[in-house]
Amino acid sequence: MTAAPPLIAFAHVGKSFDGGRGATPVLAVNDVSLEVAGGEFLAIVGGSGSGKTTLLRLANRLIDADSGSITIEGEDVRAVDPVRLRRRIGYVFQSGGLFPHMTIAGNIGITPKLLGTPAAEISARVDELLDLVRLDRTQHRDRFPHELSGGQRQRVGVARALAAKPRIVLMDEPFGALDPLTRDALGDDYRALHRKLGLTTVMITHDMTEAILLADRVAVMRAGRLLAEGTPSELSDSDDPYVGELLRTPRRQAERLKVLLPRDGAA
Amino acid sequence: MSFFTDPRWSEALAHLPDYLGNHVRVSITALALGLLVSLPLAIAARNRPVLRGALLGLASIVQTVPGLALLALFYPLLLALAAISLTWFGVGFSAFGFLPAVLALALYSMLPVLRNTITGLQGVDAAILEAAQGVGMTPRQSLFTVELPLALPVMMAGIRTAAVWVIGTATLSTPIGQTSLGNYIFAGLQTQNWVFVLFGCLAAAVLALAVDQLLALIETGIRNRSRVRVISGGIGIAALVAATLVPSMARSPSTYIVGAKTFAEQYVLSALIAQRLQAAGLSASSREGLGSNVIFDALASNDIDVYVDYSGTLWANQFHHADIKPRRQLLGELKATLAQQRITLLGELGFENAYALVMPRKRADALGIHSIADLASHAPTMSLAADYEFLSRPEWAGLRAAYGLAFRAQRQMQPDFMYAAVASGEVDVIAGYTSDGLIAKYDLVVLDDIRQAIPPYDAIVLIAPKRASDQALLKALQPLLGKIDIDAMREANLRAAGGDGASSPDAAARWLWEKIGNR
Repeated sequence: MTAAPPLIAFAHVGKSFDGGRGATPVLAVNDVSLEVAGGEFLAIVGGSGSGKTTLLRLANRLIDADSGSITIEGEDVRAVDPVRLRRRIGYVFQSGGLFPHMTIAGNIGITPKLLGTPAAEISARVDELLDLVRLDRTQHRDRFPHELSGGQRQRVGVARALAAKPRIVLMDEPFGALDPLTRDALGDDYRALHRKLGLTTVMITHDMTEAILLADRVAVMRAGRLLAEGTPSELSDSDDPYVGELLRTPRRQAERLKVLLPRDGAA
Repeated sequence: MSFFTDPRWSEALAHLPDYLGNHVRVSITALALGLLVSLPLAIAARNRPVLRGALLGLASIVQTVPGLALLALFYPLLLALAAISLTWFGVGFSAFGFLPAVLALALYSMLPVLRNTITGLQGVDAAILEAAQGVGMTPRQSLFTVELPLALPVMMAGIRTAAVWVIGTATLSTPIGQTSLGNYIFAGLQTQNWVFVLFGCLAAAVLALAVDQLLALIETGIRNRSRVRVISGGIGIAALVAATLVPSMARSPSTYIVGAKTFAEQYVLSALIAQRLQAAGLSASSREGLGSNVIFDALASNDIDVYVDYSGTLWANQFHHADIKPRRQLLGELKATLAQQRITLLGELGFENAYALVMPRKRADALGIHSIADLASHAPTMSLAADYEFLSRPEWAGLRAAYGLAFRAQRQMQPDFMYAAVASGEVDVIAGYTSDGLIAKYDLVVLDDIRQAIPPYDAIVLIAPKRASDQALLKALQPLLGKIDIDAMREANLRAAGGDGASSPDAAARWLWEKIGNR
């Protein structure tokens, strides 16, 4: 790892949710410490209820931690106004989260608009971002989200997250609801953007294959705890049975593909 | 004469600018006030379950109160508030007409607006709310740029419902002194002028439909993001308001306002008084269809200038006397009591409109019934019909006690229908009015009150405190005093409710003046 200070750091973070009247509180995130270096692409993998989404939402204070501390770009997030914090962190929501009553241009330009950027500048930035996420400017600018396909909507979601030129992008299962082909194309495109723009990305996914293929480093969560973290090869040395179970699927898939598609496998 | 060439259509049309203008004015103001109160309340309540429950519960309760009662309740309430404001702050306000109508209707409009606004806001997808927060919106920015725009179609549907309710219910504001399209309906029902009733209902329905459709245009415009629709709907509403308000604004308000209660004789007498004032060069107009609980207070607080009441009614109902005094003595005491409130009892018109038990002449003769005392022994096998108030008035309690009356059944009825009902044998006896022209028409007989259980009901002219020394007014009314005998009044009442094109309170009043003017 580099000697530079981490861009995002979770230190002994805990968060529990009220389980409803009388029920015992549910510990969603349990003493998690995790660091993300500048320029790194981290994927957090886990099943539902593992606490991965909660961890992500703690980072831009959509929710607040009960214990431990979170620092972003060296600042403790509790010391920062949450609205300002969110405006400088890009966030891509599961299935887009686009505003249905706003045009594509309106959706993409929302954070610069909130920051008071002049309209002409926003308009130019929207065109630039449409190019960046490979959507046709003239065709998509003035349309509404419901007129777009799922993949196109998610591209708009990515463009919106990048609009205010953030250094950090948080992604909550961004490609989960897409068909495999679209998902693959979008993943590759995003990976290229990440590198080109020098972003620091934290992506949530339940799909280990996707995590291994896109991320520099993978963290595995289960029942609120961080079980393991490291590069795919480091993970593969882990003796944790759950991590092994998660890795079994991509391994078996790769082997089967090698058998079924020998020409591709040899290439 | 065919239905469509009936001159009453053109008469109704002549009233339209005034009635429609006032109707639109009171409805729009009430709706605007209702929205102004409901929208912030709904927004504040959307995330507070306790407040939300309380608000919706309260608004639902208001909705279950019949419109007429709600409107009527606001009058005494405001009257008391006006008195308090006068003593504490030295500023009074008129509790009559516009203000109570606006407040009651605004309250009436709240439920659909509250309910739909809350439902609309709660219906916004949680994922969208999180996205709004995630892109860096403050709660206020999220409310105004995301939640309200997304809830707007549902909110508009609520506003449409409220508008239709308010326009419909505004017809009931006539009895508390607010001129509205209800004037047609109340006057029409009382004088059997079905053209007026129909005209009033149609006008209110067309107005409600027009407003509803224009709001619907705006609603679909919002839904389909069509600016053209929203703007044309807005222009349509503005044009409708302007077209209905301008003619009524241009009309100069009359100096003198003559009150009338909700029955035909009152319409004739107020028309007669207004005609006499106009003949004397004074500007006068009638405020018709006022509830009998409202009209006296309206006079006492100078909201109307003059009206005709009946001595026994004031004696028993307004001043709550249980004893019955001889006619002259009662009038004298009444005059003194009224003077304490600085109300002038100018004088009697010359006839009495008393409550009386009435039955078909043939039946009475056959049974040998001539007085109420004769009736008492037959009463247990007979049914009685009366107007909406008689059976709860002190006069009925007195009458029942004096003769030991106990009927097999008692029914309440629209006064105009009682006479036909007793004539056709549907009921046996009715509590009618001695000055009603229908008594002669249906060959009915008034049973003698030999024990004088019913107080005298001299028709008397009352003058508002501020007009007490208005010589022009008093002089113009002087020729009416003592001139109208019971036969003339009965004939005029019959003419007013004649049910044909030539009959109207105005025409009956002119006929009455011709008959008595030279006496």
